[in-house]
Amino acid sequence: MTRTAPVRRRTPWLAARVRAVRSETSVSRTIVLEVPGWPGHAAGQHVDVKLTAPDGYSAQRSYSIAAPPSGDLVELTVQRVEDGEVSPYLVDELLPTDELEVRGPIGGWFTWRPSEPGPVLLVAGGSGIVPLMAMVRERALAGSTAAFSLVYSVRGPSDVFYASELSAADIPVRLLYTRVAAPDRPAGRITAADLPPSADAKVYVCGPTGFVEAVSEVLLARGQDPASIRTERFGPSGG
Amino acid sequence: MHGDGFVDGNSAAGMFAEALGLDITTAVVTCAGCGRGGPFAETHVYDQGPGVVARCTTCEAVVARLVRTPTDAWLDLRGARSVRIPLSQ
Repeated sequence: MTRTAPVRRRTPWLAARVRAVRSETSVSRTIVLEVPGWPGHAAGQHVDVKLTAPDGYSAQRSYSIAAPPSGDLVELTVQRVEDGEVSPYLVDELLPTDELEVRGPIGGWFTWRPSEPGPVLLVAGGSGIVPLMAMVRERALAGSTAAFSLVYSVRGPSDVFYASELSAADIPVRLLYTRVAAPDRPAGRITAADLPPSADAKVYVCGPTGFVEAVSEVLLARGQDPASIRTERFGPSGG
Repeated sequence: MHGDGFVDGNSAAGMFAEALGLDITTAVVTCAGCGRGGPFAETHVYDQGPGVVARCTTCEAVVARLVRTPTDAWLDLRGARSVRIPLSQ
C-alpha cells in the first residue's frame, strides 16, 4: 500500500522539557526549554504554552521568545501575574526536567531579521522587553551593525530584566523609571522627551496595551511614518 | 488591570495557526464596515470571552471571530471584505 501524501501540517503542539531556569527579577524568570523538532524562529516571535493537569484540564498562554534559536532550545522569560492561572506555576514552581507543551513559532509580523539594515528603535514597557531582547541578542549573534537603540520603561531598578547584559550591550540603552526618581529624570510614564529621534528608523513597541497606545501616539504626533511602527500589545489574559 | 480591554492580533495568532495552518499576523485584513486595510497583527483583539474577537482599529467593527470547541474551530470572517495572505516571505 502506498503512503498517502501528507496533508499540510498545521502548527502542532510539541513536547517540551525544562532544561534550566534562572531568575530575572523577584517576579520573573527565564525558562530554557528543550523542544525536539523545533523548527527555529525569528527574533520577536512567540510561542503558546500549554499546561495539562492530571485530570485533563488544560490552560494555555502566549509568551515571547527571549533569545535566538540554538538547536532545539527555546528560551522564554515569564513574569508572574498575581492571581494568574499559569504564570505563577511557571515562575515559582516549574523545575528542570518538568514537561509541558509548546506551539510555535507564532507571528511573522513583529519580527526583526539580521538582513535588515536598520536603524531600529526598540521601545519596551515592562515585560515587553522580552521579544525586543531577542532582537538585541539576534543582532549581536549575527554580527549585525544595524544601529539599534533601546528605551525600556519599568517601575524601578529592581524590575529590569537582563540588567547586566543590557548594561554591557554595545547599543544605547535608556532606562525609564515610572515609580522611582533618577538623577536625570523624575519618576513618570514615558513621554516624547524620552524617545530618541526615529524619523528614519523602524520602531518596535511592545508592552501593555496602554503603554503601546501612549508610545504610538507620541510617535505619530511627531510625524513618524505609521508603516515604520510595529507594535505588540499584551494583557494578562488570565495570567 | 487589563489596559484598555484589548490586546492585538499577535496574541491570537496561535489559534489561527492551529485552525488554518498559516500565519495570520502578516495577512492584510480589509474591514467590511469602513474599508480600512491593515495587517491582522494590528487589529484590536478581545480574548477574555469564550472565543477571540478581532476589531478594526479605525471603526471598531468586528472583522473576525474565532471560537474553539474541543473538536472544531469556528471562524466567522463576515466582517472582513477581504483577507490577503502573503504566499512567500
